[in-house]
Amino acid sequence: MPQILVQDLAKTYRVAERDPGVLGALKGLVHRRWRTVEALKDVSFSLEAGELLGFIGPNGAGKSTTIKILSGILRPDSGRVEVGGLVPYQERIKHVARIGVVFGQRTQLWWDLPVIDGFDLLRDIYRIDPVCYARTRDELVALLRLERLLDQPVRQLSLGQRMRAEIAAALLHEPDVLFLDEPTIGLDAPSKLAVREFVKRLNRERGVTVLLTTHDMHDIEALAERVIVIGHGQVLADSPFEALRRDVLRERWLFIDFVDQAPEIDLPGVEVRARDGRSLELAFDPAVVGAPRLIAAITADYAVEDIHVEQPAIEEVIAKFYDLHGAAEA
Amino acid sequence: MTALFLLTRYFSASVRGQLQYPGSTILLAAGQFFTTIIDIVAAWALFARFGPVQGWTFGDIAMFFGMISVSFAIADFLSRGFDMFGAHFIKTGDFDRVLLRPRSAALQLIGYDFRLARIGRLAQGLIVIGLATASLSLEWDAAKVGLALWTIVGGVALFVGLMVFQATLAFWTVESLEVMNVLTYGGVQAAQFPLSLYAGWFRNLLIFIVPLGCVAYFPVLAILDKPDPLGAPAWLLPLTPAAGLIFLAVSFLAWRFGVSKYTSTGS
Repeated sequence: MPQILVQDLAKTYRVAERDPGVLGALKGLVHRRWRTVEALKDVSFSLEAGELLGFIGPNGAGKSTTIKILSGILRPDSGRVEVGGLVPYQERIKHVARIGVVFGQRTQLWWDLPVIDGFDLLRDIYRIDPVCYARTRDELVALLRLERLLDQPVRQLSLGQRMRAEIAAALLHEPDVLFLDEPTIGLDAPSKLAVREFVKRLNRERGVTVLLTTHDMHDIEALAERVIVIGHGQVLADSPFEALRRDVLRERWLFIDFVDQAPEIDLPGVEVRARDGRSLELAFDPAVVGAPRLIAAITADYAVEDIHVEQPAIEEVIAKFYDLHGAAEA
Repeated sequence: MTALFLLTRYFSASVRGQLQYPGSTILLAAGQFFTTIIDIVAAWALFARFGPVQGWTFGDIAMFFGMISVSFAIADFLSRGFDMFGAHFIKTGDFDRVLLRPRSAALQLIGYDFRLARIGRLAQGLIVIGLATASLSLEWDAAKVGLALWTIVGGVALFVGLMVFQATLAFWTVESLEVMNVLTYGGVQAAQFPLSLYAGWFRNLLIFIVPLGCVAYFPVLAILDKPDPLGAPAWLLPLTPAAGLIFLAVSFLAWRFGVSKYTSTGS
């Protein structure tokens, strides 16, 4: 029995349409026109306990809807959803006591209260045993380096500090499952790294099942072995990230600086991406010609000053993937 | 019990938050006191000049006025989360956060905030009741104190019910909620004076639809030992505050329907 099971999930919203202006608003009062939006069409996947899944897709693809259904806020139109054997929207209170949720864009804490007071309030909201609470809190405070923030009101924290506090707040009741909705949005580089490092440890060492949505592909690269790409309310891919890369954009790039003017190169499986004076950028398919052979062939014929190979950045892989599936935001 | 404990925890958190700005809290409380007591001062000036109106003296009026003020102040203190629901929870999407916590949504909304500034109106109500007592030379025996407390329970329930009802409407629209102020603030204004002064249709509205008359007019008549000029039997008067509790129960039924609507549409 997987920890998270989603089968044939569908959800349609009705959105009221309104003509612009005051007249439009008045007309809307009398007669509303509705447009239906299929947020989820037919989404199925499952997650074993202890997995770490990256959930990506363009805006409006259905990521948030899925997270909302999984966390019991939203009821699907049809399909089956179970988390730890519970149907989230049927047993909301029991369900949410066992999950942790972090929204990158919204605070879960109390704006005017010191961080530690917010934590104490959560202890009473979740009915956490005081001894367990003290132990868990102290661990989280140490791991997320919150010691010096505990006495400060939340409104005085920087975004990165606040996010660390948010993550601690979502874990005080020791949930088995953690949903992270864009946890690194707007953070500076060290904060992003700290968040990633912590999530990774939580998953590896505590076995917490993590489902993470993000637009930052470095989150995915650093964290998720498995990636689900969602678009138009459907699962477009569900595979290890490396497999996705192989299927979508397996080309590598070769950057060469020649001693003289860059020459014409005409080899099978090789394309010129850019040329500028003495520099040349090639794209090659490693299945046709391997990097060592290609480099050997070029250095044999020409005097070369510098040479290096790169993989396309993960953003490019995903952009290409959206492109192939016509999934980019309309 | 555990719910009550949580409320005390919410309460102390809310107070600590507000005490970060003590000056603002004190000024707001003073403001509430003076803006709400001005009406009764004006009424006093009129009574002093023109004498009783339809058999009602200034003391009678002050008793209605003070009782409603106390009820409304307590209700307002308890239901800030419902009062602000459209703007602070639905528009911002923060209601999602409420649903993510393993407690009933209503409990969390009551705990959302307790505005200390409401003490201003509460103090006004108590002082005005004191004035009424002095003006009427009223003897507060145990039965009257009990009846007054019961009246306030009914009044608090009714006003909380109105706020819950207003919050429930926010599940459908957040644009025209000011309309509800006609019922809450307008209701307070109307119920501060005896019902027998109003036109028939308006009286019926305040008795049968939004039963403000049942949490002020009728029970206060019993406290004043006055017969109802409208003819309600004397035995019925002390029972009427129950209507406030019924109104609250109906509001919560509507609220639950609204919450289930929210979880099926997400807006």
